[in-house]
Amino acid sequence: MKSAFSTVLSFCRKTLVIVELEIRKMRHDPTELIMRAVQPVLWLLLFGEVFAQTRAIPTGNIGYLDFLAPGILAQSVLFIAIFGGMSVIWERDLGIIHKFLASPTPRGALALGKAMSGGARALTQAVVVYILALLIGVKMNWNPLALLGVIVMVVLAATLFSAFSLIIAFLVRTRERFMGIGQVLTMPFFFASNAIYPIAIMPPWLQVVSRGNPLTYEVDALRALMLKNGTSVYGLGMDFAVLFLCTTILIIICTYLYPRAAT
Amino acid sequence: MKIIETNALTRRFGDLIACNNLTIAVEQGEIFGLLGPNGAGKTTVIKMLTTLLPPTSGNASVAGYDIVHHASDVRRVIGYVPQLLSADGTLTGYENLLIFAKLYDIPHRERKQRIHEVLSFMDLEDESNRLVRNYSGGMIRRLEIAQSMLNRPRVLFLDEPTIGLDPLARRAVGDLITDLRDNYGATIFMTTHLMEEADLLCDRVAIMHLGKVAALGSPAELKSAIGKEGTTLEDVFVHFAGSKLESEGDYRDYRETQRTRRTARRLG
Repeated sequence: MKSAFSTVLSFCRKTLVIVELEIRKMRHDPTELIMRAVQPVLWLLLFGEVFAQTRAIPTGNIGYLDFLAPGILAQSVLFIAIFGGMSVIWERDLGIIHKFLASPTPRGALALGKAMSGGARALTQAVVVYILALLIGVKMNWNPLALLGVIVMVVLAATLFSAFSLIIAFLVRTRERFMGIGQVLTMPFFFASNAIYPIAIMPPWLQVVSRGNPLTYEVDALRALMLKNGTSVYGLGMDFAVLFLCTTILIIICTYLYPRAAT
Repeated sequence: MKIIETNALTRRFGDLIACNNLTIAVEQGEIFGLLGPNGAGKTTVIKMLTTLLPPTSGNASVAGYDIVHHASDVRRVIGYVPQLLSADGTLTGYENLLIFAKLYDIPHRERKQRIHEVLSFMDLEDESNRLVRNYSGGMIRRLEIAQSMLNRPRVLFLDEPTIGLDPLARRAVGDLITDLRDNYGATIFMTTHLMEEADLLCDRVAIMHLGKVAALGSPAELKSAIGKEGTTLEDVFVHFAGSKLESEGDYRDYRETQRTRRTARRLG
């Protein structure tokens, strides 16, 4: 029993070491984070303000900007996570990955740590979106539990999409192909979801696709947690369960693929 | 005592047999050199011994642990410096060491002291808070060796440790390798294709050719086996590895060459 416990403890500790490593890198060079922050600014200030004028999108009891803000947070999380896999291609080309794999670090901790570090990057984007949302007058929910819920959801979703990104990186192996596929995949995730319009206005086939898209559940939870009058369509329990399940499956696949990067 | 033993160790990549029935033993405290032309299978052997690549058949043990069944025990007692660049340029030298000290479970109270010990051994203390991407090639290599020493490994695997370095840096790394054995009792398993370097550093060498060991012994033994006056290890190498240049390669060669050149460029 004791040894099982210490194994789990050691696994968690090493996962956090990998996260620490990525946070240290981020501190030395925050350029990427700053560049990434441009996108939510454009979406909320340009796209959001214009679409709010049209009043063409039925958003229930909340205004369009309120409706949009959690969607844009989810989008920033998606974008920053989906290109995170690029770093393992880089590390593999250099040889850094070989050294990690030859160290007594569980493969699962390498995979989970890498994916969770996407969560750390995503939280910086959450701060940007919160500031913007305040500036444009979105009515936010400042309940500490709700804020905690937002943090957990952002980290969970970033881990999910980072793991997805790592899997692609392990499969395609070159930076050029990875960039291409990354671009191709982000748009469907984003548009086939409830991020910028409700699912109800979609054609039936797209509704089916959106219901299978984890981003939809992320946005659903964020809408309920971030906004003063926010409600969840599917229920928070369902949202978190879907994200958690998808993340677990993807991390297991990642753990299996990780060692192959050194061959 | 034999610290590395391989028994008919074999690795195939499709039709290519990168390592063919390799059976060698390395004694504790030895500096053992694996020599061979490009594509002879040296890196494949190191990758198998460091548990990065599972063998197709055969087996091997490092410090008494089987490389397949007790891979995590092997990882605990070895140090590894890949041929490619393995220090993270976006971190400082100190951070590179700190992360690995944590991954190697070095207790918190010992960590700082252990890091300072390897930094001073490698003469990098003054640069430890600079980002590694501003280091020179020789400094990066020293940092990488420092990183691999943190856990006081029983066996240190160095894959082409001097590739891309200028003669001075090469000399410094060579001296460090000897020091490491003398001061820490580590067994060194290294690959190189620089013959003078192998002659100078290694107690014993194995010359690999097309995935097989073509000759094995101390540099002096191998030279005298040729029997001519004034034979250098290079002559021995040419004798066993064939003087002919390879007439064909495959995509792996291209990829390897690309990587080696890139590493050399970054270090140089």
